[in-house]
Amino acid sequence: MRPLPHLALMIASAIALVPTLFMLVTALKSQDEYQADKTGLPDAPVLDHFRQILFDTPVFLWMANSLILVAGSVVLSLAVSCLAAYAIARMEFRGRDALFTLSTALMAVPPVVLIVPLFVLYSQIGLISTYSGTILIYAGLVTPFSVYLLVTFFRTLPQDLFDAAILDGASHLQILFRVVLPLSLAPVLTLVIVNALFVWNDLLMAVIFLQDDAKKTVMAGIAVFQGRYNNQIPLTMAGMAVAAAPMLILYLVFQRHFVRGLMAGAVK
Amino acid sequence: MRRNSPLLPYLFVLPLAGLLTFVFGLSLVRLVEFSFKQVRGIDGPWIGLRNYELVLGQPLFREAVWHNIQLFLVIPVIVVIALVLALLLYERLPGWRIHRTILFLPYVLAIPIIAVVMKQLFQFSGPVNTVLSALSLDFLVLDWIGSADVALWTVMGLILWRETALGVILFLSRLMALDETLIEAARLDGAGWRHRAWYILIPQMRGVIEFFVVISAITMLSAVFAYVYVIGGGRGGPGTATMVIELYIFNALVRTSLPGVAAAVSVMLFLVALILIRALFVLRRREED
Repeated sequence: MRPLPHLALMIASAIALVPTLFMLVTALKSQDEYQADKTGLPDAPVLDHFRQILFDTPVFLWMANSLILVAGSVVLSLAVSCLAAYAIARMEFRGRDALFTLSTALMAVPPVVLIVPLFVLYSQIGLISTYSGTILIYAGLVTPFSVYLLVTFFRTLPQDLFDAAILDGASHLQILFRVVLPLSLAPVLTLVIVNALFVWNDLLMAVIFLQDDAKKTVMAGIAVFQGRYNNQIPLTMAGMAVAAAPMLILYLVFQRHFVRGLMAGAVK
Repeated sequence: MRRNSPLLPYLFVLPLAGLLTFVFGLSLVRLVEFSFKQVRGIDGPWIGLRNYELVLGQPLFREAVWHNIQLFLVIPVIVVIALVLALLLYERLPGWRIHRTILFLPYVLAIPIIAVVMKQLFQFSGPVNTVLSALSLDFLVLDWIGSADVALWTVMGLILWRETALGVILFLSRLMALDETLIEAARLDGAGWRHRAWYILIPQMRGVIEFFVVISAITMLSAVFAYVYVIGGGRGGPGTATMVIELYIFNALVRTSLPGVAAAVSVMLFLVALILIRALFVLRRREED
């Protein structure tokens, strides 16, 4: 046994884990106990902060808002990307390669660059603080990568499959829905995860385009929340734990897909 | 619709073209236009390069750029730590799967959540300083969040903590894909861990390391808004200690309502990002070949 590598991994894991543990442990302490002892375990765990977070703050509303944005933009972007990727991968038409190159190049535009013109446009046409306007932006931001991934995948499907379907008299839409998509569950699942995480975790677009309190997302909500309850640290930590819970649970249950999705999202 | 209609492909790509034109196409054109205009509300007169002159002459803008440049210092540290951890995990020591799960955890948590938790951990009278003084490391007891001299370093530490997780997983997945015969041969020849890592594994990881450096650079330049927004209390504080380019654009657009100024900064940021992105494409192509 070599002790040094073990020790190094132990230390790294401890550092990676400490903030999450601190969040969970502190959420279970009373305000007085936290003031007296900031680092120890709680003597008598209290669940009151979680009760307060769940019932006295708009956290469910924020989650519902985030969920609406995630669902809307993921579905819209998938629909648009599947259709286009099918045509780009499997049909001949003028401008096909130019469209694909352009769409792929847009993967790399930093989102912050788009906020000025979109904000001015949305102020003009009244789309600030609307779900539909924000969904459109998120869908646009995640679509270039979705098209890229789907085109690369669709191109790997064997040509025989398509020839057979065409001989059977299937239309292109039928081929897409009955032949291609059932074979594409893996890339589609990756896209759902990458895109959902991007939208769920985003703060920049959320604070700019959803200024109405009733439309706040989880991430925008907690950024405000910590300022308001600055001195009630256990309460704040309970809020963070609730906000982090969906992702933590998904990670622990679907670790492999989740890791693949996060990696794909990071390198897109 | 007949199957062979020449218009059919265009119907398939029409929604894509529409969406991308709306979100990217029109935006990028108007962005450049706005950067040459004095925009009040939704439009304004052309003013040539005045927005650019204003921005470039402003100390706050230069400070923001300097802060982003300082963030680049974290990249080599992240690469080294992530590389060592990935190589250690690759040894498949007992319990390595649990370590892998834990080491990726920082990347699973959303940045705003981590930033709020870290902000409490690093308060002046918070847990980190409590532990440091208990260990008699009083010279390390700093006002991590509240001092203008330290706050940016705290942000860097936070970015280091989170982005290292991505590096570890990327490097590890590359290692797992390597041909094992060479590594086994070296092991049988009695090459030690350090020797194998340095002469056999790391040279084969050059591509993924370069790739990671470039995406990290893009992150430091254009994706640190959420960290700074929380740590700096929404304003890049204390004072202007954590002001970065993204926050500068945000402030010019939302707080001071000067879209023309925000557009000029965005155009410059975009041009710099393009250079990095070009490097990314070259690397990606080389990886794929």
